[in-house]
Amino acid sequence: MAATSAAPRFAARALACRRGERLVFRELEFALGAAGALVLTGPNGSGKSSLLRVLAGLTPPVAGELTWEGRSIAEDPAQHRARLRFIGHLDAVKPALTLREWLAFWAGLAGAERAAVGAALARFRLEGRAELPCRVLSAGQRRRLSLARLLLRPAPLWLLDEPATGLDDDSMADLLALIAEHRAAGGMVVLSTHQPLALPGAAALALERFAPRRAP
Amino acid sequence: MSAFLLVVRRDLRLALRQGSDAALVLAFFVLAVVLFPLGVGPEPELLARIAAGVLWVMALLASLLSLDRLFQADYEDGSLEALLLSPLSLGALVLAKSLAHWLATGLPLLLLAPLLALLLQLDGDGFLPLALGMLLGTPTLSLIGAVGAALALGARRAGVLLSLLVLPLYIPVLIFGVAAVDQAVAGSASRPHLLMLGALLLGALALAPWAAAAALRPALE
Repeated sequence: MAATSAAPRFAARALACRRGERLVFRELEFALGAAGALVLTGPNGSGKSSLLRVLAGLTPPVAGELTWEGRSIAEDPAQHRARLRFIGHLDAVKPALTLREWLAFWAGLAGAERAAVGAALARFRLEGRAELPCRVLSAGQRRRLSLARLLLRPAPLWLLDEPATGLDDDSMADLLALIAEHRAAGGMVVLSTHQPLALPGAAALALERFAPRRAP
Repeated sequence: MSAFLLVVRRDLRLALRQGSDAALVLAFFVLAVVLFPLGVGPEPELLARIAAGVLWVMALLASLLSLDRLFQADYEDGSLEALLLSPLSLGALVLAKSLAHWLATGLPLLLLAPLLALLLQLDGDGFLPLALGMLLGTPTLSLIGAVGAALALGARRAGVLLSLLVLPLYIPVLIFGVAAVDQAVAGSASRPHLLMLGALLLGALALAPWAAAAALRPALE
């Protein structure tokens, strides 16, 4: 069902997820090849964020399996963590740290080089504020700072939970250009969105199709 | 720099920069101890008798004061989720955050305690066991506290729940910490009690990161 440009690298088979007592989705399938993009759509509560958390390995699925190049990701969770960048809907920004300190912390954890911090800030047009505490940032700037983590070190899989929220037109264009570059280098992206995004060749996954049948 | 030290440095920076946490804990410790001479009267014999107990109980309460934010702040803003995806294991993360908590609160308590002991007329022989006991005991408080903070994560009234969970577990530290000082003042050996505090610290080092990680995992799924 999902259009792919090559043999599937990242695929889900009969995936089901439960949040608390509620089954959010079931029998969910997709296959994503190198340079592929998957756009998750669906109404609030349809499980877009839950699916992204499952894909990141944060929440174990209650049924089904995720595979990377044919091997289950459950075999080596650490390796799966190393190949993905997850930007959740919470931005994880600390008001008391400066932009540079905050990004340098994540750069250090990702094993990125120091120079990557300045480059990532510049790419999201935040270098002028690098030494200011994050509390001065607007919602859109916080989002941009959060997204700057993507640039610290290349990773083949990006998982983005509503990355477009709060972004102005210019930042939107930056984000789309970034995703295009990432895909041109063979990277994959799975993102959830409520607004149409110009992602050429992206497959769509409507979460409501996988909702469990409601009891009468 | 290793991922472990990065987390310690970040947490310390946050604790010092936000100021409130570390400074409030110390202010509480000093004020609460100073209340005792006002409450029970200034007789030196009475104060000297209760000095060790007062200092230790107040140190327990002060250490408890900042614990509820240990994981809560990172949980609420999504940092904990992001940290979970870093190469650092959850146990190592707990250890790093406990170490930062101790450096920001336990260590200043340890430095202040002898000064406040002067105020409470503690006998001269009691100072060294007090300082050594605090050196061994306060890290244990941070480690046990981390388990409580992990268990209370996401709960409403987490601060109250945390006190109920953690204070009973603090009792052994309190008993041996006070006994070390009392024995030294009474002229007998404080060494066995200090060794017990050391044993408690080693036990907490081995078990607390593991237990806190097990408590965090369901909250984060």
